[in-house]
Amino acid sequence: MKYRLNNRALAPWYAGIGFFLLWEIICRAFKVESFILPAPSEAFQAMWDFWPAIWMNAQQTLITTLGGFALAVVFGLLLGIFIGASPIIYAALYPLLIGFNSVPKVALVPVLVIWFGIGTVPAIITAFLISFFPIVVNVATGIATLEPELEDVMRALGASRTDILLKVGVPRSMPYFFASLKIAITLAFVGSVISETVAANAGIGYLMLSASSSFRVPLVFAGLLVIAALGIIMYAVAAWVERRMTGWAVRGKDRGAGFATGG
Amino acid sequence: MTATAPGHLAGAGRPFVEIDRASLAYGGGGGVLALKDCSFSIEKGEFAAVVGPSGCGKSSLMKLISGLERVSDGTAIVAGQEVTGPLKIVGMAFQNPVMLPWRSTLRNVMLPLEIVEPHRSQFRARKAEYREKARALLATVGLDGFADRYPWQLSGGMQQRANLCRALIHEPELLMLDEPFGALDAFTREELWEAMQQLWMERRFTAMLVTHDLVESVFLADRVHVISNRPGRVIYSRSIDLPRPRRLEDRYKPEFVEIVHELRDQIVMARQQI
Repeated sequence: MKYRLNNRALAPWYAGIGFFLLWEIICRAFKVESFILPAPSEAFQAMWDFWPAIWMNAQQTLITTLGGFALAVVFGLLLGIFIGASPIIYAALYPLLIGFNSVPKVALVPVLVIWFGIGTVPAIITAFLISFFPIVVNVATGIATLEPELEDVMRALGASRTDILLKVGVPRSMPYFFASLKIAITLAFVGSVISETVAANAGIGYLMLSASSSFRVPLVFAGLLVIAALGIIMYAVAAWVERRMTGWAVRGKDRGAGFATGG
Repeated sequence: MTATAPGHLAGAGRPFVEIDRASLAYGGGGGVLALKDCSFSIEKGEFAAVVGPSGCGKSSLMKLISGLERVSDGTAIVAGQEVTGPLKIVGMAFQNPVMLPWRSTLRNVMLPLEIVEPHRSQFRARKAEYREKARALLATVGLDGFADRYPWQLSGGMQQRANLCRALIHEPELLMLDEPFGALDAFTREELWEAMQQLWMERRFTAMLVTHDLVESVFLADRVHVISNRPGRVIYSRSIDLPRPRRLEDRYKPEFVEIVHELRDQIVMARQQI
């Protein structure tokens, strides 16, 4: 039993190491030029060489990402509750939201630049715009899929709509909310890096853009690896928060499975 | 008509629940007719059961009485007042126990106290007292040790017991049961019949049980009403004057069996007339 548990905990590490080994082997076997696809060893070498610059830009990206993510959490939660609370609002706003979500956010960056100029603000807003959708949808779904029997029980007690929303709807949507945070945080990284690549003078996205314009491809890949690592860490944090806050949904196994697919 | 004086004052000499030629259509005038010209009544403190073929509008009747649906035609009077919106004196339990998984069993049972006046405004001040009350109620259905467990840690039968406690905690004048024992295995179901009977004998609330289990209806009810095929109306009512407390063995006594057969004949007839 213990042996299997250990295996399970180590499995992602084996997979990660295997991935890099395969990448390294392919690059060496086929003698791929490093300005096309650098081997991971070269990427890690570049990471080592340029660490101060990478770290400074990574911090910038992390801050814009977390800023956009925080906005997404606040507005996503509020809008999700608002939409989920009434079937009419749900029906009215859902198509709008889908349409909004279908617009590639990279297309919005130039508009944001016109409004706010180049720099941190458009990056935060892009991160926000791209990550708030799954939060809204999940929270609204969690509230709107309330069991009809439970609603009858509450109404027969004379509960108002607000009572039902606060006592049942919102708590019930929390597992959906926390599940959506895992998706939202990774999307927020996508948003801030996109914006940094197009219009910024700091951040990992900017670093990668300037590295690629001077053909320092290993440095580009070093940037990609840093973003991936940050994404994994943030995802793990969100997953931990989810387990802490809504353990009841995870422990009640049959429900947990349903909630996890909420994203 | 007098105001809803607490329970027994209202409508002395009148039934507690009075349905008179009520019809209920879903989806406007041209919609599905769930009930048509349905008349029946429940006395104060009576345990009534409503049986009938599936899809006959039993649950619609319940929604109509509790004010979740309004009559399309005819009248529904509860406690001397015409039903126009959700009544606040009703406790409900359904086949699906719908416990809130983020609340302990105890806090699930206490939920109605957070909503129904006068408990609602006193909830903070009297919380300790209410907690004891909920614990005591859970103890009467054999859930003493499970108050602090979460509902998903309980078996289906235990969840349904807790569900009954939740329906009763605010001492409703009218308890509505919509096939609450339907999804349970036979042994658990029988245990709960006994628990239900005991609760009713102690508290004597007015109850309406919707079921398709004839034995269950005869075991629990003072009066059984048979509903016809959709659109439903009461086609046969019968008092069950078997002595209480009824025991599970009583089900095999000739007088019990005879009543069940009689009801079954009525249901068979109800199914034949379309």
